[in-house]
Amino acid sequence: MMLEINHLNIAFPHAQGHFEAVKDFSLTVEEGQVIGIVGESGSGKSMTAHAIMGLLDRKQVQVSGSICFDGVELLDLSRSQMRAYQGKELSIIFQEPMTSLNPTMKIGPQVEEALRIHTKMSPKERKARALEAMALAGLPQAEALYHQYPHQLSGGMRQRVMIAAALVLRPRLLIADEPTTALDVTIQAQILDTLKEINRKEGIAILFISHDLGVIRALCHHVVVMQQGKIVEAGDVEQVFYHPQQSYTRRLIASRPTRTKLKAGGSHG
Amino acid sequence: MMKTLAKRLLLLVGTLLLVTILAFVAFSIIPGDPTSSILGVEATADQVAALREKLGLDLPIWQRYLHWLGGLLTGNLGESYNYAMPVGQLLSTCISYTATLAVMSFVLIVVISLPLGILAARYEGGVVDRVLTVLNQITMSVPNFVAGLLLVYVFGLVLRLFQPGAIVTPAMGWGSFLGYMFFPALAVALPRSAMTVKLLRGSILSELGQDYIRTAYSKGNSKTSALWRHVLRNAMIPVVTFLAMTVADIMAGSIVVEQVFGIPGLGKMLVTSIGNRDYPVVQVIVLLIATIVVVSNFAADLLYRVMDPRLRGR
Amino acid sequence: MRRKNWYARLGGVLTVAMLAFAVTGFFWTPYEPTAFDATSKYAPPSLAHPFGCDQMGRDILSRTLEGAGSTLVIALAVLVIGFGLGLLIGSLCGYFGGALDALVMRVCDALAAFPSVLLALVVLAVIGPGKYNVIGALGVLFVPSYARQVRGEFLKFRDRDFVRSAQLMGVPKWRILYVHILPNTWPVLLSGLTIGFNNAVLAEASMSYLSIGVTAPDVSLGRMLNEAQSVWFTAPWCMLGPALVVVLTILGVSMLGEGLRERMRA
Repeated sequence: MMLEINHLNIAFPHAQGHFEAVKDFSLTVEEGQVIGIVGESGSGKSMTAHAIMGLLDRKQVQVSGSICFDGVELLDLSRSQMRAYQGKELSIIFQEPMTSLNPTMKIGPQVEEALRIHTKMSPKERKARALEAMALAGLPQAEALYHQYPHQLSGGMRQRVMIAAALVLRPRLLIADEPTTALDVTIQAQILDTLKEINRKEGIAILFISHDLGVIRALCHHVVVMQQGKIVEAGDVEQVFYHPQQSYTRRLIASRPTRTKLKAGGSHG
Repeated sequence: MMKTLAKRLLLLVGTLLLVTILAFVAFSIIPGDPTSSILGVEATADQVAALREKLGLDLPIWQRYLHWLGGLLTGNLGESYNYAMPVGQLLSTCISYTATLAVMSFVLIVVISLPLGILAARYEGGVVDRVLTVLNQITMSVPNFVAGLLLVYVFGLVLRLFQPGAIVTPAMGWGSFLGYMFFPALAVALPRSAMTVKLLRGSILSELGQDYIRTAYSKGNSKTSALWRHVLRNAMIPVVTFLAMTVADIMAGSIVVEQVFGIPGLGKMLVTSIGNRDYPVVQVIVLLIATIVVVSNFAADLLYRVMDPRLRGR
Repeated sequence: MRRKNWYARLGGVLTVAMLAFAVTGFFWTPYEPTAFDATSKYAPPSLAHPFGCDQMGRDILSRTLEGAGSTLVIALAVLVIGFGLGLLIGSLCGYFGGALDALVMRVCDALAAFPSVLLALVVLAVIGPGKYNVIGALGVLFVPSYARQVRGEFLKFRDRDFVRSAQLMGVPKWRILYVHILPNTWPVLLSGLTIGFNNAVLAEASMSYLSIGVTAPDVSLGRMLNEAQSVWFTAPWCMLGPALVVVLTILGVSMLGEGLRERMRA
């Protein structure tokens, strides 16, 4: 068992009582698996991802339950202990490729930053590894891109840079938090292919978060459906897609734009 | 980039030319004849006419302007009515005082505000931050010359660290000269430092909330390393621009502060010359200060482009 | 958020207190501000003279009260001229746009680059010192910055639906400008006014201190500080009153402005 989440609760203490973002969430991810989490916005899926990555501000958020990685309880780790996992064993890519990269830092240094933090590689070794990761993330002419700034790249390219930066240390788990939502439909499909490829070639497990069950279905083996912080349905992705047990899941499937609609009006989506 | 630079440079030259015209015209339309202030009221008509011809006052204004401009470009800045001395020579000693004061003030602003701004932002909401916020608000409300008067009183009159009103020249050794300039420079720097601290703190905090900082954390950065490696470069963009524009305020501040400390610099010369209606001197000083302001704004614009890769090539 | 509320409140209290102080000066001073008193020459602060007396035995508190009133009047007059003209120019430029707008704004940009004290100094060098010259010079010099602010605000509102519908109903232009649009711009302009007030106080005090601003027999806080400097070896307390009033006024008004801006953001 690589990642085991048990009875995870995430709450924001508030003057007018707690706001519970995630309630009693449990999930296991095995080595090399691709798991999807689906739910509408505000269902707590991103919050769960942030909790796994240790990105929640512990002063503002109460997290209880258990997140075990390789038998280590992540919730018990101090901030500096947690940093040993961030970018090394666990990586994440975000929804907003336009703003998730540092605008004043060249692409190269951003891709190899995890190497600087976690290894003692020489600059030359780092660059070689960064170029390798960029190729794996589907970036052509990595050498030229290395010296460019984020604003010179398209959204899809930036998301690939994010992927390269996340993969540079060959993490065991990649969390993809709505990575394609902000992108064009055709680019979206290409990025999904790249992620699939990465899972197949490198054996990196992926936790894929989306509001779009169709996207999840294209990529994942298993899926959990979240509503208002709780898991309402879980299982094999085809099973859930064709035989949804909950009306909420059915609505998620129905709300999804069909292919024809996408082609007609969504090419700039 | 080169094309933008060329365009900006052209604009800079145009602005400077406009400033020379304004400075010249403004002091040429003043009622009253400079001859009376030079010769006194008892001068004969012949004397006045002779002087008018010598000063070129009998020529039409555009000819006088071109003559003046030509003089400026060839290093002939005109002659002071009051001191009967070339303006260039008169100002050369003043400039060393004001230049030292301005440079020192600028250095002080940077040295004071950058560490404090970073400190306040790093420990936002902590004791240091709160104390700094209050001190900042108060410091910003103290005008340069009031700060100067306060410094003279506390460090000059009470603690006797220096003698108020005594002039130290650069010839008396750089150590004592810089020491002499320290408190005046501090008076010029204090209000601006407070503003810079406030700006930098706000800028850092707003950058800390950006998405790319979340990315930095997810790679294993600590708060400190995220601050140094990612935030500062971005947070400094508006601050550097502000600092470049601060040069204009340093010039304004030093005019007043020189008066407080009795420093024989450009500002004191300007105020004295205004009082004496010594317009050739006033003109040149005004032109000089305006040039510094225009050039520093040009530098601010340029720095902004250099600091922010998104603006390069535009 | 609560801290900022506290900020605006303290700023408001301080501002009102300083205004009250200045206004008091018009009606009442404990002593005649210009009355010489040989017995209290260089008298240090005491119960009878809280801020002490100067070399001619004049009561500093009385003079400060009068000076504060005069500085207040000058600052307000500057605002009336600067903001009035700025509002007129800015609203027309913002609403109508066009080539004239572009030209006016370029000039404003160029002027705004220079600190107002510096420009006022040059203007006063040309037209000479004196209370009314100070008001005129500063007032005109404040026009560009207000014109820019007002223009920005009017530009923001000119394409809103309520303006469009007013245009369709045939409401006269001046009514659209000053009855429909203007009230919406107050939150931003008000904060601009607090900054302008402080700049006016600062500029007047600085220039009068340099003795190219307000001249005798008019009093002003800046002029008092200038006079105080000539006796600061023997009577350093002469500075205390005017300096304190300048600082507290600027502090109060800037905190008030800060609070207003914070409330707008909320």
